[in-house]
Amino acid sequence: MSSRSIGKVVGVNGNMVTCESEDKVLMNEVGYIVTGDKRLKAEVIRIRGNRSELQVFEMTRGIGIGDEVEFTQELLAVELGPGLIGQIFDGLQNPLPQVAEKCGFFLERGVYLPSLPKELRFEFTPLLKPGDMVERGDTIGTVPEGIFTHQIMVPFNLFGKFKIKSIKSKAEYSIRDTICELENEKGNIIPISMVFEWPVKRPIDVYQEKLKPTEPLATKVRIVDTLFPVALGGTYCVPGPFGAGKTVLQQITSRYAEVDIVIIAACGERAGEVVETLREFPELIDPRTGKTLMERTIIICNTSSMPVAAREASVYTAVTLAEYYRQMGLNILLLADSTSRWAQAMREMSGRLEEIPGEEAFPAYLESVIASFYERAGIVRFKDGRKGSVTIGGTVSPAGGNFEEPVTQATLKVVGAFHGLSRERSDARRFPAIHPLESWSKYAGAVAPDKVAYVSSVLFRGNEVDQMMKVVGEEGTSIDDYIIFLKSEFFDAVYLQQNAFDPVDASTTIIRQRFIFDWIIWILLGEFNLQEKNKAREYFNNLRQLFLDWNGCEWESDEFKSFESKIKQSLESNLTESFKSIQEAAGKRFKDQGRG
Amino acid sequence: MRKIYNKIESIAGNVITVKAEGVKYGELAQVSSAHGKSLAEVIRLLDDEVSLQVFSGSRGISTKDEVRFLGHPMKVSFSDNLMGRIFTGGGKPRDNGPELMENLIEIGGPSVNPAKRIIPRNMIRTGIPMIDVFNSLVESQKLPIFSVSGEPYNELLARIAMQAEVDLIILGGIGLKYDDYLGFRETLEAGGALSRTIFFVHTAADPIVESLMVPDISLAVAERFALKGKRVLVLLSDMTNFADALKEIAITMEQVPSNRGYPGDLYSQLASRYEKAVDFEGAGSITLLAVTTMPGDDVTHPVPDNTGYITEGQFYLRNGRIEPFGSLSRLKQLVNKDTREDHRALMDGMIKLYALYKEALEKKSMGFRMSQWDTKLLKYGELFESRLMDLDVNISLEEALDQGWDILSDCLLPEETGLRTDLINKFWPKNKAKALGAEV
Repeated sequence: MSSRSIGKVVGVNGNMVTCESEDKVLMNEVGYIVTGDKRLKAEVIRIRGNRSELQVFEMTRGIGIGDEVEFTQELLAVELGPGLIGQIFDGLQNPLPQVAEKCGFFLERGVYLPSLPKELRFEFTPLLKPGDMVERGDTIGTVPEGIFTHQIMVPFNLFGKFKIKSIKSKAEYSIRDTICELENEKGNIIPISMVFEWPVKRPIDVYQEKLKPTEPLATKVRIVDTLFPVALGGTYCVPGPFGAGKTVLQQITSRYAEVDIVIIAACGERAGEVVETLREFPELIDPRTGKTLMERTIIICNTSSMPVAAREASVYTAVTLAEYYRQMGLNILLLADSTSRWAQAMREMSGRLEEIPGEEAFPAYLESVIASFYERAGIVRFKDGRKGSVTIGGTVSPAGGNFEEPVTQATLKVVGAFHGLSRERSDARRFPAIHPLESWSKYAGAVAPDKVAYVSSVLFRGNEVDQMMKVVGEEGTSIDDYIIFLKSEFFDAVYLQQNAFDPVDASTTIIRQRFIFDWIIWILLGEFNLQEKNKAREYFNNLRQLFLDWNGCEWESDEFKSFESKIKQSLESNLTESFKSIQEAAGKRFKDQGRG
Repeated sequence: MRKIYNKIESIAGNVITVKAEGVKYGELAQVSSAHGKSLAEVIRLLDDEVSLQVFSGSRGISTKDEVRFLGHPMKVSFSDNLMGRIFTGGGKPRDNGPELMENLIEIGGPSVNPAKRIIPRNMIRTGIPMIDVFNSLVESQKLPIFSVSGEPYNELLARIAMQAEVDLIILGGIGLKYDDYLGFRETLEAGGALSRTIFFVHTAADPIVESLMVPDISLAVAERFALKGKRVLVLLSDMTNFADALKEIAITMEQVPSNRGYPGDLYSQLASRYEKAVDFEGAGSITLLAVTTMPGDDVTHPVPDNTGYITEGQFYLRNGRIEPFGSLSRLKQLVNKDTREDHRALMDGMIKLYALYKEALEKKSMGFRMSQWDTKLLKYGELFESRLMDLDVNISLEEALDQGWDILSDCLLPEETGLRTDLINKFWPKNKAKALGAEV
């Protein structure tokens, strides 16, 4: 290319390189620093006069003054096309397993491999014929990709109307082959393959309208689905101190969530955690499809020891892939772990640029950047009426576990649900450690809101009694209050807490949640024949035991039914009124028994 | 022959600046002054100005001193001859042995491809119940020991070094007190483990910049041994000193501080070291235990806080015991499913009960009447502390589990434990079940 600009390195400071160039330089374009036999990828982040500053996506050791810089005149982009699902990429969309084949154990710098190699072949089925008019985002044909029908669309960066000049017939092609030719109004011919590029920092905007997220997304985590639900196309955040179980919660969600595709962006976190996903998913069967979980997962992996600048790119890479699959009418869940590391990467660069720091030295634009990232979530309707959604769940790792810090606060402003993890609960091994009194959600859940409100009120009362007992002691508490406390503890133990390592208890379907929740309601409503605190505690301990065992039984198995009748028996012999009358009372009090 | 420069433009803190050409980022230079020679590393390039941090400190360096660039980054010799040797933070012998120059390797190399990592699967038994039962140490794990100054963390580290089942131990001392260094040496010598140990020790009296090298040198050597099939345990003490050294350099370089004066890249700096812990498929592994002292017992201090987010759990050392709350081994779930079927349930159940004991203790100290249940809990807590938590307890995992059931059955009824019925039927000590049953 003759138009390519060239520059020279004049300064190196950590992962920032200053470069002098007389040619044209674009803001945020990609440049390569040529040092020895390596070409290191970098992005322009500031231009001043003929000097520009680049953040290098690799270690900068060995770069010297006078090294050449090649500018590409292109923004940082990802390749979109069939073959992305099941892959493991780094933050710049390098396929890590292929890099490993080439370089062995270590990530050598300057090794960039195509995300979608041309050896990939798919059977293309055309949906349109020559002469048809199309515009960007229109589907011209399909290819099978695992369990999905992957739509080959007119690249999103082709603006205007096009006439299909030619289109290949049904057969197998390499993904780089031209499968269709488009003719624009001026008569120019544009060849189309199955792959095209899109700049990661621009949201894909090919849809008719963005809708309000209303439909719940089942994560199979009881406390989330029942108390703090997430909606398809919504956003939520999981802040928590270290060790509170953020990552386990994300892993559980990535396994059991009822969505079509899960994209995991491991951003600046431990490599070990990604490895668990990476090694286990190809062997775990997704009950919904009968195929392995890997066939609905994409992993973007930029762990903490990998270069910082690429960490910043990784969340954008992930969300761009999510938006691409959304265009096919699928529901995508993007799990970003952790957005704080991404914010720290911004802070590092901001510091190197010597920008005036904001709170805790984070850059002043932190909030707007976080907001625009979460705003890329949403449920959208396309012009043919189909819908697709991207749901974003981000963990936040607040310094010192203090939610008052800038990243948590900036995130809370823009998300629809907040699952705050608490040190207190995780120390007491009450997992998932989502705090039931501090968390919130703006979305509607799967269980009737009036039931949830009632149970939450018991939980709240129970907490009050607990606080009071710390002051006046157990003996200063009335038996009625004490039973409320026991009830709320019981609810916490058997419903809010969930054993992520138990094969059955790890995921609870919505139907089962509604079913169990009704039992909880009956128990919470019930008046018990317990006059003594010791007896009361003993009784609830027993009941808890029964429920915990029940939680470990397969849904509707014989064992499940036998526990159900055991619990019923136990209740009938200890309630002041008949079990049936309580069920009836609950039926009158709460509206929709039909769903339960 | 590399060019020699005789004019130092500026000296600030431990950082000197010279005007030079053809210098690479990260390159080493030798600075010769009236007080001897020292290595220095290039940490910033801008036009023809080169900033270097001088390992032995800039005290006594004059503006006319000689700076000779070596044309390569920091390297360390690697061979089996390292075994049993003691070096300084800069890689020079501290034990009067010969200086090793053969087979030099670069330090601070690239990170391991996540796609090549494997799920950790081997437990490292230490004979300490609070570790083995409640927070099992796993091969290739990275764990800090959070501790207040004055706690016996170096003793604990030495004991783990002695008892852990590994092939090779690398001890990296960062700002280590000279006494502690001698203490380590004596313990390992007495236990006969010295010949499988390599020391890289930076003592509190050594120049601060040298301490920055210790984790990188230790881990670079560990990595090579691991690639040769050795199971290596790296012990670092104390990483807070490392972070403080980073802070010092950052401030000298006029970087914008982020939190309590620490540089904004503290997390990345620590992570690039901790993430060296790895299990190479078909070769050896690196397991990393690092002491992190918490200034003022404050776990939200930037150093322990950032560390906690990087590592796979942590051990809290408090009052001479490994505290069960807060202590966590994130990888324990990967190994404790294969030890004994009651391991997991017992571990969780006992901690839940211990939490209740703490509440009961609080109530007691506030003068409330103790219910029957509280009394049981108090008894349980005391037994738990003396029979399992005490650091002097040295028993195998299986013995510790049996001990756990013993403690439970000494204080509680089976249904009060919150444990699953099938486990109780199998493991509850039979003779006691009756005795207690008769009482109630």
